[in-house]
Amino acid sequence: MQEIRNYTMNFGPQHPAAHGVLRLVMEMDGETIVRADPHVGLLHRGTEKLAESKPFNQSIGYMDRLDYVSMMCNEHAYVKAIENLLGIEAPERAQYIRTMFDEITRILNHLMWIGSNALDLGAMAVILYAFREREELMDVYEAVSGARMHATYYRPGGVYRDLPEQMSKYRESPWHKGADLKRINSWREGSMLDFLEAFTADFPTKVDEYEELLTTNRIWKQRTVGIGVVSPELAQQWGMTGAMLRGSGVEWDLRKKQPYAKYAEMDFDIPVGVNGDCYDRYLVRVEEMRQSNRIIRQCVQWLKANPGPVMVKNFKVAPPSRVEMKEDMEAMIHHFKLFTEGYCVPAGETYAAVEAPKGEFGCYLVSDGANKPFRVHLRAPGFAHLSSMDTIVRGHMLADVVAMIGTYDLVFGEVDR
Amino acid sequence: MTDTPKTSLAEQLAARFGDTLAISTSRNETVAELGAADLVAVATALRDEPAFRFSELIDLCGIDYLGYGQTEWDTETVSGTGFSRGVEGQAQGRFDWAGRPRGNGENQPRRYAAVIQLLSIQHNRRLRLRVFCEDDSLPMIPSLTLVWPGVNWFERETFDLYGIIFDGHPDLRRILTDYGFVGHPFRKDFPLIGNVEVRYDPEQKRVIYEPVSIEPRVLVPRTIRDDADLVQARAEAADKWREN
Repeated sequence: MQEIRNYTMNFGPQHPAAHGVLRLVMEMDGETIVRADPHVGLLHRGTEKLAESKPFNQSIGYMDRLDYVSMMCNEHAYVKAIENLLGIEAPERAQYIRTMFDEITRILNHLMWIGSNALDLGAMAVILYAFREREELMDVYEAVSGARMHATYYRPGGVYRDLPEQMSKYRESPWHKGADLKRINSWREGSMLDFLEAFTADFPTKVDEYEELLTTNRIWKQRTVGIGVVSPELAQQWGMTGAMLRGSGVEWDLRKKQPYAKYAEMDFDIPVGVNGDCYDRYLVRVEEMRQSNRIIRQCVQWLKANPGPVMVKNFKVAPPSRVEMKEDMEAMIHHFKLFTEGYCVPAGETYAAVEAPKGEFGCYLVSDGANKPFRVHLRAPGFAHLSSMDTIVRGHMLADVVAMIGTYDLVFGEVDR
Repeated sequence: MTDTPKTSLAEQLAARFGDTLAISTSRNETVAELGAADLVAVATALRDEPAFRFSELIDLCGIDYLGYGQTEWDTETVSGTGFSRGVEGQAQGRFDWAGRPRGNGENQPRRYAAVIQLLSIQHNRRLRLRVFCEDDSLPMIPSLTLVWPGVNWFERETFDLYGIIFDGHPDLRRILTDYGFVGHPFRKDFPLIGNVEVRYDPEQKRVIYEPVSIEPRVLVPRTIRDDADLVQARAEAADKWREN
């Protein structure tokens, strides 16, 4: 009799469906997975160690680069941890701005996810449509911070600056001119909030478009229904959070259960799945986009009606204005100390978590009273999710692994840190 | 969210576990410190008993207390002596491999600890556990993989970065660092600039490892100030607020 041996297959790190730099070593029995061993760390930059060597504020920019498709949510966890230890709270307007930008970030993330996941599973068109809306929201990022992705916009004690009065417009070019130019600039005549109002009024129809491409699509359903089923017990054992947990029917969302920023005042629903398969998680994330849209609208309304400060007036933490700095000796000293030395955070430890688009993003911060953190640990949802890969894909086909990587919503910036 | 008990978590823990746990609460966060020997029994009870039901282990991370509370820039006694330049010290980023700090930190008797964040979905509560390793030269903690399987990678990460050995872990390999990496990079005596650097050598036509060529450099000295001036600032801010 002939002896049949399992063979080992290497998936990634250079593979379009590996979502970055995942190396997956799989033991295969024909097309069936016997064992999957993800090798991560190819994007390890030692963010946590770097943060120990510099003043608190200088690490905010590193947070953007962890999960580089949900930038401001990462910043939120970090500044929230610092605020906990300092015992300060951002002004109300800043809290609304943060809530709004967390939700913009959620839409940005889910658009990226829906596009790339569909691309992995053979639906080419979705990513093109998803990027159309991503572009608009990235312009909002740019309007408020000057950067399309890595914003560094949140600060302990508030946000860096107030929302801009004007939205950037497209200039005339060989590609955009005449009536076409007028059309694409029509939302951009007023302030950034006007732009967002127009965007959110329109966005549900865009979500309908994605759904039309996928929700009842026969191929999409064949690739996702009944694939990668995660039971609620399994999800909790493996430390899953976010859509991975809600897809299995556990109604758990930090925005509702442990509200931060202004989520307690927002009216929105938590979608939950039933079967815990890839299709249910798809439905959950699509519905989350609609709910985020609702939250953004509520924030826009409030922000339009309520001007106010966006940063605490505590000059040990927040810089004084340029004008004050030029005229007031005290303000000058504060400014100098803040930008050369930073601020000292009282000794203690805290864990601050936010509901990032991918799940619970947490920041465990230990301070010994210095101007630099003693230890920062970043709890990335993707890291916990990916660790369950072996348990879930055993017995699945090779092609289902791709569906599973997609449904985990992995970004290696946060997995590897 | 259902049937959240009326007594606080700290009281419940004290009633159930007694002296096994050293419990403290600050900023509404409950922290329990315990010995490595009790860890698995306590963890199983925390997961299973209806009063606790910590069904999820959210996070486990290591911490190295070497140099905790050390400052490079003394600002308290300077009125008589003048400021130093704050360029000496052994804080993060200041040293290379040869000059790494070797003292075992007199003010911190035990260096390594693992910190665990637990979440109870049923009661909507969090709990933090801290387990110190008894022996600095061979830090060891029992593994929790049989209680929460999801801790697997977190323990691998902590082993990789801090060299804490999790006794009973089924697959304690490095996870984040390079294949063949030497040392535990997040320890406080590991240089920030690292040990080796990698480049492609066109002559040998392969990737080679060389000792690092960069110099350690720190721009801002590590300094500890009494947070009294923070309190002061808060009071000032409150005053300014009323003016506006």
